[in-house]
Amino acid sequence: MLEIRNLSATIDNKPILRGISLTVNKGEVHAIMGPNGSGKSTLAKVLAGHPAYEVTSGEVLFEGMNLLELEPDERARAGVFLAFQYPVEVPGVSNAQFLRLAYNEKRKHLGEEELDPLEFKDLLNERAKIVEMEPALMSRSVNEGFSGGEKKRNEILQMAVLDPKLAVLDETDSGLDIDALRIVSEGVNKLATSENAIILVTHYQRLLNYIVPDFVHVLYQGRIVRSGGKELALQLEEKGYDWLKDAQPQEAEMLATAGAPAAGN
Amino acid sequence: MTSQATKIESAYAHYLSARLEDKGDPAWVARLRESAFDRFEQLGFPTVDEEEWKYTNVAVIAKTDFEAPPPANINLNQESIERVAYPESSGSRLVFVNGIYAPELSATQALPAGVVVMDFSAALADADYAGRIREHLGRIADYNENAFTALNTALFTGGGFVYVPRNVQVEAPIHLMFLADSSQAVVATFPRVLVMLERDAAATVIESYESIAGDKVYWTDPVVELFVDENARLTLYKIQREGARAFHVANTGAHLMRSAFFDCTTINLGAQLARHNVVVTMDHEGAECWIDGLYIVGEGQHTDTHSVIDHASPHCVSHQTYKGILDGKSRAVFNGKVFVRRDARLTDAKQTNKNLILSR
Repeated sequence: MLEIRNLSATIDNKPILRGISLTVNKGEVHAIMGPNGSGKSTLAKVLAGHPAYEVTSGEVLFEGMNLLELEPDERARAGVFLAFQYPVEVPGVSNAQFLRLAYNEKRKHLGEEELDPLEFKDLLNERAKIVEMEPALMSRSVNEGFSGGEKKRNEILQMAVLDPKLAVLDETDSGLDIDALRIVSEGVNKLATSENAIILVTHYQRLLNYIVPDFVHVLYQGRIVRSGGKELALQLEEKGYDWLKDAQPQEAEMLATAGAPAAGN
Repeated sequence: MTSQATKIESAYAHYLSARLEDKGDPAWVARLRESAFDRFEQLGFPTVDEEEWKYTNVAVIAKTDFEAPPPANINLNQESIERVAYPESSGSRLVFVNGIYAPELSATQALPAGVVVMDFSAALADADYAGRIREHLGRIADYNENAFTALNTALFTGGGFVYVPRNVQVEAPIHLMFLADSSQAVVATFPRVLVMLERDAAATVIESYESIAGDKVYWTDPVVELFVDENARLTLYKIQREGARAFHVANTGAHLMRSAFFDCTTINLGAQLARHNVVVTMDHEGAECWIDGLYIVGEGQHTDTHSVIDHASPHCVSHQTYKGILDGKSRAVFNGKVFVRRDARLTDAKQTNKNLILSR
């Protein structure tokens, strides 16, 4: 579904990603972990098409298309979804309206008929149950006055409505209390199918107690320095990141490219 | 004028000598006390000429000759504190009378393994905890600019040390109950609190101040330091129900790490003169704080809240809501500052202060 080949990216001429290769097949959940400033969020933003980042080399194929040539909205219509690390407030635009317009854009793209507000309301109410969202939050402006946990839940609601092929969740777990973490994780688990794929960018192993990834990749200084199964996350929790900093990126990249879980040690 | 002030301030020097004789303190604590006391003597009690104290005159505190609290000799039992206790905290409570730990009224059996809730002095005497305390004591609540924090740092006797290890969620609210008994003497007490939440930990702490006996003037000068590590969540309630003639000058400092969450609610009801400084430092990305308060004052009361929210990193969120109800001849001050430092992009800071004035 997604093939990242030797991707490098910069912001303000400062290199952040230095040759990332990663293959994600449908039905898979990949976790990207790493210390602060390792490039995790940059990778997520580059995939979604954030204009501040410049791709300097490499390519990204999404279902055979050159993803990097598409505008952010085209990527979204094609089925790429990014849950923001810091969701923004959009005063004056109701949550329900925002979701309906986004949803109908996607239907238009697929050549399907748009839903009117009443039809959409039924769909929205049903999807809102996945993240246990209060109906009152639908009529309020997007994220305005929402708590941190409500904003993150709202991101997953967008995912539930838009039903993306590839969902990239950028630190959706940060700043959540244990109940909100459980609700968000269960929501993601319900939305994961054999037809879509999920990339979880996370700083904390804690999330992976709730969403079990097929693969864990560790980013350090813009490179994947280690890939493995879910046990790698447990090792990271135990030992921190320091023990991986000397790892050979080449070897790890090869493993990541092959999409095979490295043997955990 | 200066000589009068100096005389009063040096009256606290004998408190310091008593503290320094306490052999339970590690050497670094003694040094910290001396250095804080030096700073207190340099600063002196603030006057209304200083911007920070423009509307709150603490001369009455400076002029009062306070005594060191005598050992509490009133008969307190579980029933007598029932009125001010919370049933949810019956197994997670530390009680202090005039700043001195009362183990017979305290209970910690409801706390999960690994969680430490103990008297501050006892924690300092324990090598396992002293190291952790040293990392934060006097560093979150800065004593260099605040005479009341300096005096507390020099003279604190006891208080709460709360430590929650990584990934541990404490369900029961941890209640630090500070009771004043002013039946024997005009006392000044200096409670100290340090709360440390490690990564991904969560806890609720209640600090309450009430008078249980006596109607003399007394003064409580607490300093509370809060360290909330990455992704941890701290909820704090500060309940101030001091006696009608009491002075209460409190300093609360919180340091939030990456994606940390801090929810602070203060309820101010008592004391003839109350001042609360709350300073929240957010110098790592993604931290969030909610700083709310309610003050209700009646005839002859004065309450003052100064808040400082320091946005020193991008993507931090702060919400402040303070509400007041004023009756009789009373006065309330709210002064809230929000600093948005260079590079603190995408800061989201909100502040509201609403007051209901019942008399004219």
